[in-house]
Amino acid sequence: MDDFTVGVVVFPGSNCDRDVSWALEGCLDIRTKYLWHESSDLSDVDAIVLPGGFSYGDYLRCGAIARFSPLINALDEFVKSGKRVLGICNGFQILTESGFLPGALVANKNLNFICDDVELDIVSSKGGWFNNVDEKQTIKLPIAHGEGRYHCDSDTLKKLVDNELIALRYKNNPNGSSFDIAGITNEKGNVLGLMPHPERACDETIGGTDGLFTLKSLILK
Amino acid sequence: MDQFAVKVFVRLRPSVLDPAGEATKSASIKLGAEGIKSLRIGKMIEVKIEGNGENEVRGKIDLLCDRLFANTVIEDYEYSLEKL
Repeated sequence: MDDFTVGVVVFPGSNCDRDVSWALEGCLDIRTKYLWHESSDLSDVDAIVLPGGFSYGDYLRCGAIARFSPLINALDEFVKSGKRVLGICNGFQILTESGFLPGALVANKNLNFICDDVELDIVSSKGGWFNNVDEKQTIKLPIAHGEGRYHCDSDTLKKLVDNELIALRYKNNPNGSSFDIAGITNEKGNVLGLMPHPERACDETIGGTDGLFTLKSLILK
Repeated sequence: MDQFAVKVFVRLRPSVLDPAGEATKSASIKLGAEGIKSLRIGKMIEVKIEGNGENEVRGKIDLLCDRLFANTVIEDYEYSLEKL
């Protein structure tokens, strides 16, 4: 545990990398290391966070260019080895664009950039990302996105439901996401993508601690 | 080597809601345009590319469209190709 290191990926345009690092180091005493997107050496990190922001200026589509970075190319083997990967907001968009998670994230139904605290139902415990001491079934996390409307076809949705891959659903859908989806995991459970920002809810003084469970679960084997 | 001018059109699939298109449709009606039944916004990408003949160039453009220009989960694409 002492040596456990979480890699926080920095793309040109990432803007939540320092928040993630602060939350992990300052609130949870978990060591972090910034990984520049051009690095493909993941040998000294035990888990990876793809943080929020606007990687490559969101050019073409959110996450579309990031997919071709050396780091994302190296991620395939990392994921296959069972190590944990958390994609937050733009990180979630990158995970869908690069095929680690199904579906896509498109413009919010009302076209607004939505900055708000939202209530979320924990739907699946796959991967243990939301195990928490209070066994709360509903958590509150901040969202901040313009393109967070989860979209997938009906076959994919059925697969998500049948295999318990839907991690989080909005209580009051803010962006028009299919089936109120706010976060999903891969089948193995070691990859989680979500639009809400757990790193912004790790301290009571800034509005809550419901994000701690998710960041803490990065150290789960 | 032949040179080609390619125009790629990327469109949201019909099943995907296009809120920007809806907003533009609403503005078009406010402008006084009558009879608009539907309005959807896509992208057009212009590429100049070299290759040994049309077939090879089509192969390259197919790869680009499928892997980069469009996300086929939400978008369809088509292109036209003109030899320069």
